[in-house]
Amino acid sequence: MSFLPYAVAAWLFLVGLYGIVTSRNLIHLVVCLTVVQSSTYVLLLAVGYREGASAPIYADIPTSRPVVDPVVATLTLTDVVVEATVAALLLSLAVQAHRRFGTLDPDELGALRG
Amino acid sequence: MSVFGLGAAGTAALLVWGLAGLPSFGDFEGAYGQLLAHLTVPERHATSAVAVSTFDFRGLDTLGEEFILFTAAVGVLVLLRGQRADETVAAEPMHPRRPTADSRTLRSIATALAAPVLVLGAYVVSHGHLTPGGGFQGGVILMTAFLLVYLAGSHLHLAAIRPLSAMEGAEGVGAAGFALIGVGGIILAGAFLENFLGFGTTGNLVSGGVVPLLNVSVGIEVMGAILVIVGELLDQRFLVRKGDR
Repeated sequence: MSFLPYAVAAWLFLVGLYGIVTSRNLIHLVVCLTVVQSSTYVLLLAVGYREGASAPIYADIPTSRPVVDPVVATLTLTDVVVEATVAALLLSLAVQAHRRFGTLDPDELGALRG
Repeated sequence: MSVFGLGAAGTAALLVWGLAGLPSFGDFEGAYGQLLAHLTVPERHATSAVAVSTFDFRGLDTLGEEFILFTAAVGVLVLLRGQRADETVAAEPMHPRRPTADSRTLRSIATALAAPVLVLGAYVVSHGHLTPGGGFQGGVILMTAFLLVYLAGSHLHLAAIRPLSAMEGAEGVGAAGFALIGVGGIILAGAFLENFLGFGTTGNLVSGGVVPLLNVSVGIEVMGAILVIVGELLDQRFLVRKGDR
């Protein structure tokens, strides 16, 4: 019985959020967002873990062995794909912002709007 | 900063409250996941419960996921390529034969690794239903092989091995392949994404019904989509404002 994995997820979430709030650069901000999202991977995989169970791959274990939940692994896979696409779109928006305003600082972006 | 501190403290309190309600680590008793895991070998003759959950039991979910990736690649294209209307692509970079990486060591290693990485990617895609891996993971590895060629050569080489239209084609073929296999399920087995092939012998490369086919189509799609995204971002270096010429 341990809550450490959940604590890691909460810590990753908050530390990423801190990075987003204090970010002075849009690229840095996107990376911080991926840190926030990685907290959801830790949380999902921690939820599905069962004490003493193997990975749900039956290539080299008997089918009677207890395994961890395969559904959360599937959900994590979806999560990773969504994160990659969000990062790609945000990075191309950052490229556009830099081209239009000549800066990547979110605070200056607002000032230059007009 | 104090505003963030206040908000973070509140969020942390809510997180702790919510997480404390979860079953303690290692005691998860989700019946659904266990059911799927134990149906994998007897009913699907494949050994990776994750791949079978992803592509068979929850195939519709994965179809949506694949189209998220597809849409994002199209979105990146629209965002970055729209710019080309008022900027010209420097078709010939300033130093057309200048290598991408200055380090000779880096270029040698990239050259040596490109072919093995390509094989590894193909292996991970094709064995997705047997061992950890699958179309998404293998597709990214396949994409890495092309990036290694980029690192080993010059930008022109990447343009030569990565004709953008071919990559867009690969992306489209992969996404359409998944949907068409689903439609094949309607025609041959009566339901979308229903398996319509024999399951084969457990542990063989050709087993698990349509799962390996779906893995391959996802692998092609992921490779194409990520190469399109990365290629468009790399091309930004060579866009020159008309005024700056």
